[in-house]
Amino acid sequence: MNRFSYFRAESVEGALAALAADPGAKLIAGGTNLLDLMKYDVEQPSRLIDITQIEGLDTIGETTTGGIMIGALVSNTTIAYHPLISAGFPLLSSAILAGATPQLRNAATAGGNLNQRTRCYYFYDAALPCNKREPGSGCPAMEGVNRNHAILGASEQCIATHPSDMCVALAALGASVHVAGPEGQRTIAMADYHRLPNGSPERDTTLVAGEMVTGIELPAGAKRFAEHHSYLKLRDRLSYAFALVSVAASLQMDGRAIGDARLALGGVAHKPWRRTQAEEVLIGRPADDETFATAADVLLEGAHGREHNAFKIELAHRAIVRALSQAAAGTPQSQSDKRIA
Amino acid sequence: MLSNDPHVGSPRSRVDGPAKVTGRASYAAEFKATGLTHGYILSSAIPRGRIRAFDLAAALAVPGVLQIFTHENRPQTAWFASSYRDQVAPPGKPLRPLYDAEIQHSDQPIALVVASTFEAARDAASLIGVTYERAPHETDLERARHDSYEPPKKRSGIAPPPDPKGDATAAFGGAPIKVSAEYSLATEHHNPMELHGTTVVWESGGKITVHDKTQGTLNTQGYVTSVFGLSSDDVRVVSPFVGGGFGSALRPHHQLFLAVMASLVLERSVRVEMTRTQMFSHVHRPQTINTVAISADPDGHILSLQHNAVAATSRYEDYQENVVNWSGMLYHSEATQLGYELAKLDIPTPGDMRAPGAPTGLFALESAMDELAHATGIDPIELRLRNYTERDENDDKPLTSKELRACYAEGAARFGWSRRKMTPRSMRAGKELVGWGMASGVWEAMMMKSSARATLGRDGRLEIACAASDIGTGTYTILSQIGADALGLELDAVTVKLGDSSLPMAPIQGGSWTAASSGSAVTLTCRSLCETLLKHAKAVEGSPLTEAAIEDVAFNGGMIRLRREPDRAVSITDALAAAGLDQIEAEETASPGLIAPMRRASYTHSAVFAEVHVDEQLDIVRVTRVVSAIAAGRILNPKTARSQIIGGVVWGIGMALHEETMTDHRFGRFMNSNLGEYHVPVNADIDGIEVIFVEEHDDKVNPIGVKGLGEIGVVGTAAAIANAIHHATGKRIRSLPITVDKLLAA
Repeated sequence: MNRFSYFRAESVEGALAALAADPGAKLIAGGTNLLDLMKYDVEQPSRLIDITQIEGLDTIGETTTGGIMIGALVSNTTIAYHPLISAGFPLLSSAILAGATPQLRNAATAGGNLNQRTRCYYFYDAALPCNKREPGSGCPAMEGVNRNHAILGASEQCIATHPSDMCVALAALGASVHVAGPEGQRTIAMADYHRLPNGSPERDTTLVAGEMVTGIELPAGAKRFAEHHSYLKLRDRLSYAFALVSVAASLQMDGRAIGDARLALGGVAHKPWRRTQAEEVLIGRPADDETFATAADVLLEGAHGREHNAFKIELAHRAIVRALSQAAAGTPQSQSDKRIA
Repeated sequence: MLSNDPHVGSPRSRVDGPAKVTGRASYAAEFKATGLTHGYILSSAIPRGRIRAFDLAAALAVPGVLQIFTHENRPQTAWFASSYRDQVAPPGKPLRPLYDAEIQHSDQPIALVVASTFEAARDAASLIGVTYERAPHETDLERARHDSYEPPKKRSGIAPPPDPKGDATAAFGGAPIKVSAEYSLATEHHNPMELHGTTVVWESGGKITVHDKTQGTLNTQGYVTSVFGLSSDDVRVVSPFVGGGFGSALRPHHQLFLAVMASLVLERSVRVEMTRTQMFSHVHRPQTINTVAISADPDGHILSLQHNAVAATSRYEDYQENVVNWSGMLYHSEATQLGYELAKLDIPTPGDMRAPGAPTGLFALESAMDELAHATGIDPIELRLRNYTERDENDDKPLTSKELRACYAEGAARFGWSRRKMTPRSMRAGKELVGWGMASGVWEAMMMKSSARATLGRDGRLEIACAASDIGTGTYTILSQIGADALGLELDAVTVKLGDSSLPMAPIQGGSWTAASSGSAVTLTCRSLCETLLKHAKAVEGSPLTEAAIEDVAFNGGMIRLRREPDRAVSITDALAAAGLDQIEAEETASPGLIAPMRRASYTHSAVFAEVHVDEQLDIVRVTRVVSAIAAGRILNPKTARSQIIGGVVWGIGMALHEETMTDHRFGRFMNSNLGEYHVPVNADIDGIEVIFVEEHDDKVNPIGVKGLGEIGVVGTAAAIANAIHHATGKRIRSLPITVDKLLAA
């Protein structure tokens, strides 16, 4: 871990000014990922800009259009248990509770969760090459230990996955990310917030230099999925492990048929993996395993496995079918009872 | 009244519990010292080669840095590699930290930065430039197994496989029923909560006090004096509490060497603590490949048994453990062939990890027995009973005791084994397949030479002192119980001092032998103390005990009483006062008999029963129930004993389903070296665990009839779970851990 200076921002403007003044600076809130990365010498910020004291970013409230705005500094725990979230967007509550531990969720913030970095073993080992950590140095994960790596959307530069659970639910719910920057404020659709690695895996998101996340907006329309949803996370132990595969499934039922659907995967790509075609094949079809399998086929089309992660293709297929059946039945996966519903 | 409830045999809470849960118990890297400096270890980025050059300029410029030690500037230490050998070192040349430019494994320590703060030392370490000259390396056991060899020099205390009995190959060839397969275990790391750390306190006159995370203060002391040419008067090693050992703190590790070296050079107090990642830079359970072949007649009687293993070791030491010998102890066979070989890799030397070798070998043996049960259609317990042996067939010796039959019977009854349906995939609950599996366990019941001192004050307080470590097993508590019973005192009238090289000699805390060894020493010492006390009690004026022999009196409630007339008594206070003494003291040594162990062998045994639920569609496994029935002689404290077994079972669940250190063989590096990615079971993975201690009376094993409990809990558990998974799914997974990918592929 390197020496760094510390600055406590009192306002969004103050934070942005500090960011602009030092290209080596990093924002810190919960620090649950950044501090680890600093101890591993993966991140070496010249300055930490503490944003935890900024007022107005730590609340959850309804927007004028009936949606929900979650401030960037709201803790993961607060989001998960907030009545507006657990009533209107239970998929999000469930996904957050599927991740990390109570201690981590208490410290981690909404904005930090969006910006957490991959758990690729090579990214974490500063003694080895990694295109994400050191562009152009290579990607040993391709032919190395790649159990937790991508099966979809990977590039020749990088096969890392995004580790968040929360973001998978946000993708399925069609959330958007509110951002402030030197050019003012803008809103980025969740689908566009994280990016595929392509030729520049060092960039996880479409945030540009000097920008910061101020909040996450959930659209009012996503409440229609509150009755039929499930977040199914499969991992190497029953808690406190990153997803091998996770599925966020949201359905609107029209009798026995599917009226509308949202479907996203975690643990399989550099971003939450969603394809509208996979959702379209569900709409108007009976909610049965055959329909679900068709959606899984579409969502996983083009999946490519490697030595240690090829199993994730089959596992994801089965998990999609199961999560959709849980959602259709209105029996979402519990995050405390480890039996799979 | 004559008899309080004895403490020994009764459930008692840990006497050190309050200190631990309130933070008053200090661990090695928590001790304070005036002017303490902080060392940070720099680890090698390559697995094999040489250091061509260091660039230290930027690191030395960090404010607060006092010195950077490398092989180029380290002080002179012992010349011969043999001086670095500790009590439990395997044959070979131990790694000598910073000895020369040679790199022998990834993450080998190559420099130590010492600074006035931890942060400065860590920062500086990250700024050191290293130029390496790489050499070809090998870390893949699958390749290296083809160059395996029988270790030419045997490790002390580890019996090599016995000579073959009968012609196992021929018997196998002609047998009607055969099972034969390969069973492998991944590399595992101990990962105790407490990181390996050492605080060296520089005392006046050049003496040092070493607070080391160790399972043996005398082993640490011996290493330090041998390597640095110091006298034992100058080095006191203190380790009152150990935050989990599991074998990882048996041998001295490089942080000890580095901290002592820096302290002696700087003449200051120094602390060095490993990071969690650096905890993967030394001892571990070796990756091992077993091959087991068993043949039987249609009634399940074993006709031949072959068990061969190839285990990984380092390039510089031949670590050995007992993997295959168990197969010659558990079952009767007329034709047995056991073999154990090593393969050299460019890795740190593996070492003892909870029941070293036993769960590795028994996963193979007990899986194969389950396969045989399946092949013959015989119930797995019945199959084991048909092949039961009352002897150690390796050495053809009788046993001091073996209540394994009772373990099978009581464990099966508690588990409900009789309701098991034989056919795999025949039991289910909702969307889950249910499987019931069982396995046997065995571990050595050993005793080592140990001393203890007991001091009884006029106030009726007893202090027991012994150099032994309590690595969390409950040693403080059981020694308190033994002492309290011997003198007839309340538990809180007894103080136990442990973990200090200045106290009476004790063996290193390993092998599950501390209760038997130091417990026997405390028993003998207290017996001696009682005799002295009686002598003084007789001298009290008007003493009713003048004619009494030691068998005629009872020590109870601070009094020495005539057994036949308990009202006639002398108090401890009066006895010592009459003698004009404030306290009396005794010190005795308990040794294992020289002849008895040659005549009889001693083992603890277990029968482990596991229930798994496996999601039929997704192959996600849950271990819903484990019953572990243990035969371990006399149980000193059912509460701490039960905790030991529960801990062992949790380890077995981890071994079965989770634990694996993954290596990238191109770089020769462990890749998941942190607790986020090296998976041990968490609370969600643990459900019901029941422990049964069956009655086992053994008056031959040692003076107090105990066999030790630290390791037996882990031994059969992984095999029982693997067998349960087969019963649930019909899938036989022969490599641990059993992860979802393996089940999907099967």
